[in-house]
Amino acid sequence: MSAAMDTESTYSGYSHYSGHSKKAHRQGSRDRHKSPRSKDGSRSEKSVTIQTPPAEPLLGNDASRAEEGQDDNWGETTTAITGTSEHSISQEDIARISKDLEDSVGLDCKRYLGLTVAAVLGLLVFLTPIAFILLPQILWRDDLEPCGTVCEGLFISVAFKLLILLIGTWALFFRQPKADLPRVFVFRALLLVLIFLFVFSYWLFYGVRILDSKDTNYQGIVQYAVSLVDALLFIHYLAIVLLELRQLQPMFTVKVVRSTDGESRYYSLGHLSIQRAALVVLENYYRDFTVYNPALLTASKSRAAKHMAGLKVYNVDGPGNNVSGQSRAMIAAAARRRDSSHNELYYEEADHERRVKKRRARLVVAVEEAFTHIKRLQAEEQQKAPGETMDPREAAQAIFPSMARALQKYLRTTRQQQYHSMESILQHLSFCITNNMTPKAFLERYLNPGPTLQYDKDRWFSKQWTLVSEEAVTSGLQDGTVFVLKCLDFSLVVNVKKIPFIKLSEEFIDPKSHKFVLRLQSETSV
Amino acid sequence: LSYLIFFSFQQRIEIHKLRQGDNLILGFSIGGGIDQDPTQNPFSEDKTDKGIYVTRVTEGGPAEVAGLQIGDKIMQVNGWDMTMVTHDQARKRLTKRNEEVVRLLVTRQSLQKAVQQSMMS
Repeated sequence: MSAAMDTESTYSGYSHYSGHSKKAHRQGSRDRHKSPRSKDGSRSEKSVTIQTPPAEPLLGNDASRAEEGQDDNWGETTTAITGTSEHSISQEDIARISKDLEDSVGLDCKRYLGLTVAAVLGLLVFLTPIAFILLPQILWRDDLEPCGTVCEGLFISVAFKLLILLIGTWALFFRQPKADLPRVFVFRALLLVLIFLFVFSYWLFYGVRILDSKDTNYQGIVQYAVSLVDALLFIHYLAIVLLELRQLQPMFTVKVVRSTDGESRYYSLGHLSIQRAALVVLENYYRDFTVYNPALLTASKSRAAKHMAGLKVYNVDGPGNNVSGQSRAMIAAAARRRDSSHNELYYEEADHERRVKKRRARLVVAVEEAFTHIKRLQAEEQQKAPGETMDPREAAQAIFPSMARALQKYLRTTRQQQYHSMESILQHLSFCITNNMTPKAFLERYLNPGPTLQYDKDRWFSKQWTLVSEEAVTSGLQDGTVFVLKCLDFSLVVNVKKIPFIKLSEEFIDPKSHKFVLRLQSETSV
Repeated sequence: LSYLIFFSFQQRIEIHKLRQGDNLILGFSIGGGIDQDPTQNPFSEDKTDKGIYVTRVTEGGPAEVAGLQIGDKIMQVNGWDMTMVTHDQARKRLTKRNEEVVRLLVTRQSLQKAVQQSMMS
């Protein structure tokens, strides 16, 4: 099950522009099927899954996963999957898609099927103008009016416009999707439907008016094809504006609070749907929030447990199981009890602070001393002492023992010891030595907990996320929207606020109006 | 029942100048004036009042003997109005060489305890 979930998580952005007509048709039907579900009137909580890419790097990890199923990342603005490179795929990569099929055949099959259909249809739409131009030549060449320079000029313009369209589509839409989002995007679906209707109506007109009646005005036909390409370019422009530009201007400020320790951040977002906003929040989560450390939460839990423990309820009024009465009595009694837990907390924290500072001082001194033992050899000196030179790794291993104990003690005190294995420390040490970093730069990683991205993926505690929202996840952000991103151990509560309307007025001050007087208060004795 | 009443009353004060060497001194210092900054006056109740105030009274000087107190606002000096004068004009009117006695009309704010009559009876 988890493997299946893993594989469906990433997919190429290939089907985007290419998937106009028939894909849109399929998409349209899927839309009709999905939209009642996604926009249904009942405000029950909908739980849908957002998956971040799996921990291990993907096979053939450059974007060759087929998309389909959810078109959601059609024209997604970002490029990278964690751990993998940022490619956009070209036509050849489709061949590699089949290599990456793993056990979740069902869903991926649908996706790959959809992808091939989309690719074929994209090609069809791309070839439509060319077909419009070539078909008369093939079918009734002799009847055509000769069309000299004008037509040739139009051929050149069609060729270049198609080239520009191709490059534009490639640049904008052929991207590796970052994530697997639960629902279809409204704008993308609309655009697909639009493109489908558009091309369909052009073909209809062409079929009826030109093919059937074998129109001989070749220049008119070529101009018709040129108008199709122009309109396709405008639709491309519309796609850019709707999918990319509209959400760039910040309209909302979003507050993200982690439920376990209250760490919060603010982000600015534009007009996005809830699921895309969730995606942005998650991407920033890995970079901005310190790593989730369950070891730091045990203290408050034990305090809470002690608070309610030690109270027993005896029912003296006879039999009868008044549970709510009992619990209320317990709470009232616990509140009134004069326990000194606040005292304990204060002294415990002060003590902990002192211990941490002491250990930190020892650590800093140990590392500084260790670093003094290493000296970088200049190029010409290297020849002089061949026997004793070491590469960075060996140098790191040589000085590591002198600081290992202090480092380990510090990590234990700050409860970070699971996050750093000896191997990772050695690696970091050799990295710092290679790059001429000072002891402080080496220690920066250990003294303060860093963002989640800094650590090994096994320690993340947060790879699979669930979006919990009372409103449909494809609806846009509004002022006061609240949604929750849950993972197994904790959740992120997201609160959306609108950026206020700012009324700015101007006031002109003439530089000559800056005049001053002395304010005196003298005292004279008489 | 007793109340504290904060009110101002006028007082006439006659100061006889003391001769010190070549000068006739009165034994107090003044502050204020229409060319000064009224907000820095610590004695005035209304901080836009640009009148002349007594800022210091030397101990044992003629002013103290005559009953002048610190914080008094000088309204008139020998019949000359002092409520709308500059600081220097005020000084000049007080230190005229040919006058040995100056009669001041001052306003003083005072805090008094008043006892309600009806409750006493």
